[in-house]
Amino acid sequence: MTMNVRATRDGYGDALVELGEKDERIVVLGADLTSSTRASSFAAKFPERFVEVGIAEQNAMNVAAGLSMAGKIPFVSTYAVFVTGRALDQIRTTVCYSNLNVKIAGAHGGISVGADGATHQALEDVAITRSLPNMTVIVPCDYYETKKAIVWSAGHVGPCYVRFGREPVPVVTQPDSPFTCGKGYVIREGTDLTILNNGPLLKQCLDALDLLASAGISARLVNLHTVKPIDREIITRAAKETGAIVTVEEHQVQGGFGSAVAEVVVQAAPVPMRFIGIQDRFGESGTPEELFAAFGLTAEDIAEAAEDVLRAKD
Amino acid sequence: MDSSKLKELEALAHRIRCHIIELLVEAKSGHPGGSLSGVEYGVALYFHALRHDPHRPHWEGRDRVIWSRGHVGPVIFSLLAESGYITMEELLTFRKLGSRLQGHPTTKCPGIEVGTGSLGQGLSVAAGLAIGFRMDGKGNRVYCLMGDGETQEGAVWEAIMCAGHYRLDNLCAIVDYNNLQIDGWVEEVMGLAPYADKWKAFRWNVLEVDGHDLEQLARAYETAAQVKGRPTVILAQTIKGKGVSFMENVAGWHGRAPNAEEGRQALVELGCETEGCLIRGMP
Repeated sequence: MTMNVRATRDGYGDALVELGEKDERIVVLGADLTSSTRASSFAAKFPERFVEVGIAEQNAMNVAAGLSMAGKIPFVSTYAVFVTGRALDQIRTTVCYSNLNVKIAGAHGGISVGADGATHQALEDVAITRSLPNMTVIVPCDYYETKKAIVWSAGHVGPCYVRFGREPVPVVTQPDSPFTCGKGYVIREGTDLTILNNGPLLKQCLDALDLLASAGISARLVNLHTVKPIDREIITRAAKETGAIVTVEEHQVQGGFGSAVAEVVVQAAPVPMRFIGIQDRFGESGTPEELFAAFGLTAEDIAEAAEDVLRAKD
Repeated sequence: MDSSKLKELEALAHRIRCHIIELLVEAKSGHPGGSLSGVEYGVALYFHALRHDPHRPHWEGRDRVIWSRGHVGPVIFSLLAESGYITMEELLTFRKLGSRLQGHPTTKCPGIEVGTGSLGQGLSVAAGLAIGFRMDGKGNRVYCLMGDGETQEGAVWEAIMCAGHYRLDNLCAIVDYNNLQIDGWVEEVMGLAPYADKWKAFRWNVLEVDGHDLEQLARAYETAAQVKGRPTVILAQTIKGKGVSFMENVAGWHGRAPNAEEGRQALVELGCETEGCLIRGMP
């Protein structure tokens, strides 16, 4: 199967322009990374609604808070690692506590940022943001899903964190496939176990299904873009119907998507689980492919985890 | 300002000092020092400069007040009660379970635009509001009430830089410069001098006033509203704990409530036996 590849950040940039044309309230904030986050298309088209704040993420977040209080729908565009780290107190105590209508775009999420190394690879942002009351957390898997998540977030009233990546990734979803916040969907049916994917490692999951099929294993693949609120129904059904779960995310395994799934599984239908993700380490420099291999995020790693969890199931 | 208006504001300032003590005694915790030093800048704002309608707290045409120094709940809620946003009786629920008057203010309380309490966050919010109003060509003004120690937070200087850069003349910051913070004298803990020069260097218009002089404060708010092309900061020189002899200039009264006996002493000193000054009566 051949697939188009496109960066999820392009989905962010294109969605902003689309939203900007339709809604005067949309404003975008840049923090000296405007081209890199792809907010640049919006900035060029709607300069009067683009606010550059310079290298000052804490100020960016609360200027966005103020803009939302003036009736705007602000999108803060910067790297995931800076926005959820440097500006956490602003996100927590100003934006989430007062339930303000601020949209936070975390660009360059995950280890696939590559050569820049650990300082720029956000691997904790999902754990941080999903622990905050009032926050919605979405990690789309490809270009179209990112675009839809951003468009959805503009219509939702309340804080929302959407994380996307730097590198082109295979386009798996369709322009017209539905997007419902908080709802996952089955990509392929299976009976022996379920692979639950969150984010841009979906192609690796699809390849893992082929590896497992050739070993006679029938795996269900579910894509779940929303980490919070989590889709309890699809997770519970996967646990009950297939009896074993592997979660896949480009993020630390402690506190992230896998943890969110486990919180549901242990209460609703305890079954064996395995967690594909970063195993409590900082990232390093390399190409995305090299890093996926070095950090255990390949199709082979997913297939191996699936076989391992099946042994625990038996 | 005519003399009858001035008398009215002085009476308000007096009543608010009494409320501060009374509700702190009732709550058994809270922050007297900065509440007492900030009485006059609050009174001059809410009862002279501010365009607002306490009976329509969400009225679109209102000016916005951001209490960046959220710990001074006693003065904030007393101002809101005297303005008519909340009742006097509700003041006595301050810091109690289920109250709209949380230890640090939240949007549950009418008249509070945004929750604050983690210092150094309000000026950025105020700048965002000012940018938003300007985008829409609206005349609403934005006021940000700050403390001196608070401006040790680095993010405050990001906000100062931003407001100066964008020439936000619809924004007015007011610093209660009482010279004290929890650990001691501001200049000894982490010196801010030369303070006015710092704001000026960031392209702000600076007005220095006696922060207990209602006429000076009222004039400063009027001047700030006339200045074009620059945001204005009013540096209000004050005395922490102002009005209560044993609290004045004592860092220890930053965040400790008077007990019943201390409260009674404070209220007697303030002359609060007068009819109408107290919500419940002497402790």
